[in-house]
Amino acid sequence: MKQFIEGSHAVAEAVRLCRPGVISAYPITPQTHIVEDLAAMVSEGKLDSQTVNVESEHSAASVVLGASATGVRAYTATSSQGLFYMMEVVFNIAGLRLPIVMTDANRAISAPINIWNDQQDTISLRDSGWIQLYAENIQDTVDLHFMAYRIAEDKSMMLPVMVCMDGFTLTHGIETVDIPSQEEVDKFLPPYKPLYKLDVDNPMTIGPLVDPEYYTETRYAIEKTHEEALKFIPKVMADFSKAFGRNYNGLVEAYRLEDAEKVIVAMGSVCGTIKDVIDELRSKGKKVGLLKVVSYRPFPGQAICDALKKVSKVGVLDRAVSLGATAPIAADVKAAFFGKKKAPKVISSFVVGLGGRDITKDSIKEIYRLLGTKELSGEFIDLKPELLKESYE
Amino acid sequence: MFGPLIAKPGSSQSNKTGSWRSGLKPKYLKKNCIACNMCAIICPEKCISGEGKNNYDCDYNFCKGCGLCATVCPKKDIEMVKEEGK
Repeated sequence: MKQFIEGSHAVAEAVRLCRPGVISAYPITPQTHIVEDLAAMVSEGKLDSQTVNVESEHSAASVVLGASATGVRAYTATSSQGLFYMMEVVFNIAGLRLPIVMTDANRAISAPINIWNDQQDTISLRDSGWIQLYAENIQDTVDLHFMAYRIAEDKSMMLPVMVCMDGFTLTHGIETVDIPSQEEVDKFLPPYKPLYKLDVDNPMTIGPLVDPEYYTETRYAIEKTHEEALKFIPKVMADFSKAFGRNYNGLVEAYRLEDAEKVIVAMGSVCGTIKDVIDELRSKGKKVGLLKVVSYRPFPGQAICDALKKVSKVGVLDRAVSLGATAPIAADVKAAFFGKKKAPKVISSFVVGLGGRDITKDSIKEIYRLLGTKELSGEFIDLKPELLKESYE
Repeated sequence: MFGPLIAKPGSSQSNKTGSWRSGLKPKYLKKNCIACNMCAIICPEKCISGEGKNNYDCDYNFCKGCGLCATVCPKKDIEMVKEEGK
């Protein structure tokens, strides 16, 4: 049913429809509304789940780890500093191959403290082994949750999934969203059947100490599963599209790439703004396009190369920085093209929208304007030089 | 090179948080006040002041309308009332 609904409430509805057995989270802006809503649903009897109140994000992640290990579907949500506080457990969850789904309301990282949106938090945990999917709008976010559990719990995957939604832009934005019925979701997402579980009647140990004889293979297995996920995620998306009638095309989404000469690669809610700018520039005869990255981990290097091999100028837009090195998505895109015969002449990197600075249509137009023959590395857009000082005083 | 990291003290006075109130504001009835000072102590904005019984007031430029003063008042001498025009 279509509802005019806040992003966080929509996510809570989606999670309710996924019937998690255990929910544990700790409030943090801008994620709070999600778990607040879920707690209300449980207390009102609309959701048959156990919510576990905890004193920190580290404990919230540990609770869902434990719950998932006993064979129950588990859910948590966090943001920014909360995700970093979970970090050790985040790696544990992936290492233990527990199919937990987490929503992250993307927010900047301290210091200086800032509660607004960029993608530094989840991007910083890109090496954790979790699958990371980024949403463009609220409908996307809702739908990705159903797909996330299907992907995570498949016997060929058994990997945790982070659904990343831009803080405030999506968590506090209000859109018309189609929330499916319980029957539809149940049909798409059957109850979770664990491969193995902690069970007093059938005792076993999960996650014991492993010495150098074994550790490498645990990492190799996750790496190979991520490679398989590159094929599996599009399959689940195709299933979803068929079942729900909304089209999800896979790891990346191409927007007006036909004959495009200048293309921006981006992730998350900013893609909506970019699409509007493209329509505007196209009507003036400019050949511009967008390649939206939906799956950041696994990184769809081949899909990106296939989509962009005929494009001469590519600008990669990062809402995060890798201080002291190439911006994260730009580095991955460049690595994907390294050694390829068919590749763009220029792959420029732009850092934009940190700590909630608005990415306006003008910011995007500036990026298209700067996409010339000269390759730019880590060009900060909308920078205010007047705030910078040469000495600390 | 350095970015903006240091804020000089006193800047929060220019941030008039009174606009955050969303419907309710405290009204100091000044009938049964015993000057226990609890309201002034609990106020997160430190915008309540007064000396002696039935003499307490808050600065509505900064009051966020959280209602803690009304809750803590042992004499129920502070009431949360509807904001005019809201």
